[in-house]
Amino acid sequence: MYDITGYHEAHSLADVFAVIRTDPHARIVAGGTDVLVKNRAEAATYAEVALIGIREIPELQGIRLEVDGTISIGALCSFDEIEHDPIIRQHMGLLAQAVSLVGGPQTRHMGTIGGNICNAGPGADSSPSLLAYNAVLEIQSPTGTRHLPIRDLFTGPSQTVLKPGDVVVRINVAQADYQGYVGYYTKFARRNALDIANQSCAALIKVNDQQEIQDLRIAFGASAPTPVRAPHAEAYAQGKTISADVLKAIGTACLKDTKTHSGRNSKAFRDHLVTVLPGRNIMTALKGDE
Amino acid sequence: MDKKKIVGHSEERWDAIAKVKGQANYTGDFSFKHLLHAKILRSTIAHGYVKSYDIAEAAQMPGVIKIFLPEDLPHHLYSTAGHPWNLDPAKRDIEDRTMLTRHVHVYGDDIALVVARTELQAKKAMLKIKVEYDEYPVYLTPEAAMAPDAMRIHPERENAFASSEVGFGDVKQSLKDADYVIARHLTTPVQQHLHLENQIAVAYQSSDQRWTCISSTQIPHICRRIVAQANGIDWSQVRVKKPFIGGGFGNKQEIIIEPLVVALSRALGGRPVQIALTREETIAYTRTRHAISYDMKIGVNQDGHLTAIDCDVLSNQGGYASHGHAVGGKGGTFINALYRADSLRFSAKTVYTNIATAGAMRGYGMPQVIFALESIIDDAADKIGMDPIKFRQINHQPDGFYNQLGQTKQRDFLIEQCLVKGRAAFHWDEKLAASQAYKTGVKRRGVGIAAFSFGTAVWPFGLETSSARLFALPDGTFKLQVGATEIGQGADTALAQMAAETLGVPFKSVIRDVMTDTDLDPYDTGAYASRQTYIGGVAVKKAAEEMKQKILKRAETEFKVQLEHMDIVDGNIVYRADGDLVTTVKDMAMQSYYDWDTAGSMETYSSINVHHNSYGSGCSLAEVEVDIETGQVKLLSLMNVHDSGKIINPLLASGQVDGGMAMSAAYGLNEELLYNKAGKPLNNNMLDYKLPTAMDLPDLEGVFVESQDPLGPYGNKALGENPDVSPAPAIRNAVKNAIGVGIDKIPLTPELVYNQYQAAQKAAKGDL
Ligand SMILES: Cc1cc2nc3c(=O)[nH]c(=O)nc-3n(C[C@H](O)[C@H](O)[C@H](O)COP(=O)(O)OP(=O)(O)OC[C@H]3O[C@@H](n4cnc5c(N)ncnc54)[C@H](O)[C@@H]3O)c2cc1C
Repeated sequence: MYDITGYHEAHSLADVFAVIRTDPHARIVAGGTDVLVKNRAEAATYAEVALIGIREIPELQGIRLEVDGTISIGALCSFDEIEHDPIIRQHMGLLAQAVSLVGGPQTRHMGTIGGNICNAGPGADSSPSLLAYNAVLEIQSPTGTRHLPIRDLFTGPSQTVLKPGDVVVRINVAQADYQGYVGYYTKFARRNALDIANQSCAALIKVNDQQEIQDLRIAFGASAPTPVRAPHAEAYAQGKTISADVLKAIGTACLKDTKTHSGRNSKAFRDHLVTVLPGRNIMTALKGDE
Repeated sequence: MDKKKIVGHSEERWDAIAKVKGQANYTGDFSFKHLLHAKILRSTIAHGYVKSYDIAEAAQMPGVIKIFLPEDLPHHLYSTAGHPWNLDPAKRDIEDRTMLTRHVHVYGDDIALVVARTELQAKKAMLKIKVEYDEYPVYLTPEAAMAPDAMRIHPERENAFASSEVGFGDVKQSLKDADYVIARHLTTPVQQHLHLENQIAVAYQSSDQRWTCISSTQIPHICRRIVAQANGIDWSQVRVKKPFIGGGFGNKQEIIIEPLVVALSRALGGRPVQIALTREETIAYTRTRHAISYDMKIGVNQDGHLTAIDCDVLSNQGGYASHGHAVGGKGGTFINALYRADSLRFSAKTVYTNIATAGAMRGYGMPQVIFALESIIDDAADKIGMDPIKFRQINHQPDGFYNQLGQTKQRDFLIEQCLVKGRAAFHWDEKLAASQAYKTGVKRRGVGIAAFSFGTAVWPFGLETSSARLFALPDGTFKLQVGATEIGQGADTALAQMAAETLGVPFKSVIRDVMTDTDLDPYDTGAYASRQTYIGGVAVKKAAEEMKQKILKRAETEFKVQLEHMDIVDGNIVYRADGDLVTTVKDMAMQSYYDWDTAGSMETYSSINVHHNSYGSGCSLAEVEVDIETGQVKLLSLMNVHDSGKIINPLLASGQVDGGMAMSAAYGLNEELLYNKAGKPLNNNMLDYKLPTAMDLPDLEGVFVESQDPLGPYGNKALGENPDVSPAPAIRNAVKNAIGVGIDKIPLTPELVYNQYQAAQKAAKGDL
């Protein structure tokens, strides 16, 4: 049973801000694939509220390659759109792969990347890749526009720094953050579709001809209260030549930045996965399997 | 003369078009004027007593009509188990519940009801009821509930409320005599049915002042009885109607919400009242598959001879008795059906605990016992270094074996053919050889097999009756009425095929009805125990044979051709000798309505009581790849081979086989209802309860060893449940073949597989 008290269709950001001014509890809805689930479950701040539909707002649409090489993804882009977009496929294969693993076809058509990060699930499938790409969010609010690195977005499970009236408009990735990298994402889940990651790991890597690591970025989902990068492991990897021992050491160093706890899987097993997934991702990325 | 075969042909299910076009009405699709909605207030503890309710605020909530506490509804004791009534009080299901209760036996027990104008209003009001409890200790396992100081969950009886022991010979001696004794403690999880349509029922007072209940039930006639008993009214005062159903798998062989809606309508002046459970409620608070543990020992000689099978069973019943010991106590007969040993002992206890009440679920105890049996049998084959298929071949019961425990001669028992066919069709030897290339490295491959036996319907343990009615329509078509219940499995289509086959008319000439109505349809106990084509088929066959005689008799009278010279083929009445036309069924039907002298409509009715059983059998073969770094098991291929007699409708049969295989594969790999220490269910939603998707299953291959069962009405025997029995142990055995570790617990989650593999590696190192 849904418990929705009203619905406003916004055609512009100004429309959103106008509604928020009179009803600060009104909840933005993009694809609704989280909002409606939480509304039905009577989750605090999701039930007994009015919804503001943002799907008609032009600024939030489409994927562009800017003149400076920045890739700009509209917050309303669906997973399906991103997965099949030629710009993303060419330059951000890791993201295309990650979003192809979301839910099932219906969810990938309805769910948006903006909703995915704003919902701030620890296991959200787009977050580790966006962290690895150093994505920067363009946020508009009644008081103006600001740019927020995605690493500063998450504050806890389902919690972000966003305030009522903050709208994520675009997700931007600079050329230096994608050019020359290869990546691979592992979604460790109990099902191959319609599942949320028990744990996930994205690796984005740049190596030279001697197989020396020029730059490595590792990010985890569901391995800490928020999606996290693994700076200790990344620093360790700098300049190393890929070998089984180096990959193992990278995995072990990741434990310095993850914070697992026992749930469906024990902490010991989850920590074990933290240590093995990065190396497996790196090897797959370099083999170019994806 | 060529007779067109209808039985054995994949006729299109009669309701297919309606379902595709959205014309199929399910319980929730009916509309009622002034329908009221009820929500069940569920306890937030698993064991205790409700000291007090505060409903003041809830009663003021918008839309609330009335709030019902346990004292406000009838409190007759009843059982929700959908068995035929037993005239012998000692053999009845245990009656241990009332509609609402202050005595909380399970988390989510029904402690109050809120009726409101809308479902949302009912829910919001319900959330405002405040409850105070006395809390009792919570027992999650039979072991905990049987501890000497454990409190009785139902004061009237011990927590271990039922036990049984069957067998023959001296197992102790036979184990001593064996070259090897293998002992294992094998456990199975709580599985839930996850039928697509949740439980839903609506009740109202009909114009005849009786109570009509429209419900998504597998057992309309039994539902009538239980609703009446729970409400303390005459059975005839209840009329149950069953429209289209979105599956049940045994969970709707329980009468869970129907007594409540009838009681509420009675309390509210006959207004229609509906309860529609949510998915979360359905998973957590209806019924489950019993979690059962088996302490098994088998004795085996180096030559493969089985000396003994010894088994101690603990079945976790949950908070109410429901189907009770019928499930956990079932294994002995079917172990004996499958394998011969010098001695057998099967000793079982069923124990109340405070987890969700377990009840009927597809396979009814067989998936559990076959998991245990086929794991240890496989380990025995390994122990003596024998090919696991050959080991089963030298130990299985022969065709024609008389099973004393089941009082059944196993006629046409074709396990040998299944094993032989499975080995070839699955390419077992090739896959086994290929897996040798994957015994080092991160990804390991292996193959596994498991066999099973399965009864058809419930005789001699329960009553098996059915009835059918046929009447000819003026245009030569026939209306078939049965009490047997279509729940999506295709029973109606199969029964219509049978009627058409026996009558000699085209399949389309037999008309079924979606609605099973206890006022109109003849008596049958319902959809369970893979019984309907077998038992219902007997009733349909008899009614159709009589109808055929009536038609031929009429032709004889009219055309003066002796009845024995005629037959009905494809709707025509013809000479047996050469097929020349005498007349048509249509002409005779028209005559039966309108001929000035001989008119008299043609109707037949049959009612039967069957005292026999036909055992089916089969096997599953699985190929897996195990990632030893993550513990993930990938199912590469899976095949079921079935000895189910004649296959009435191959397409429908393959649907049953695919579904059963998926259900059992996930039982082996993924599905498990979990509880916290306080007995609260942790994963009662479709995200956290890991029902498989199409992406999680390989192409499912189903193979039949078709034959003609001598007792099945059309040579058929059980098939509905059989496919759900052996895939899980076949997968377990394949994982063992891949990584060298036999795991005694399902589901084989990544963490479990990883840990067991690591532990085995450590142990092996320690041994060196
Ligand atoms: C069946 C199913 C399967 C799923 N599988 C997956 C999966 O595999 N992986 C995964 O990561 N997720 C999964 N999800 C979750 C969900 O689909 C994703 O998180 C999705 O990205 C949410 O996007 P949405 O557009 O539907 O967000 P909505 O539900 O509309 O919104 C989500 C949250 O973000 C806020 N919001 C949305 N857009 C903006 C914006 N532009 N600015 C500010 N706030 C905003 C909303 O207020 C809300 O708090 C699944 C969900 C379902 C129902």
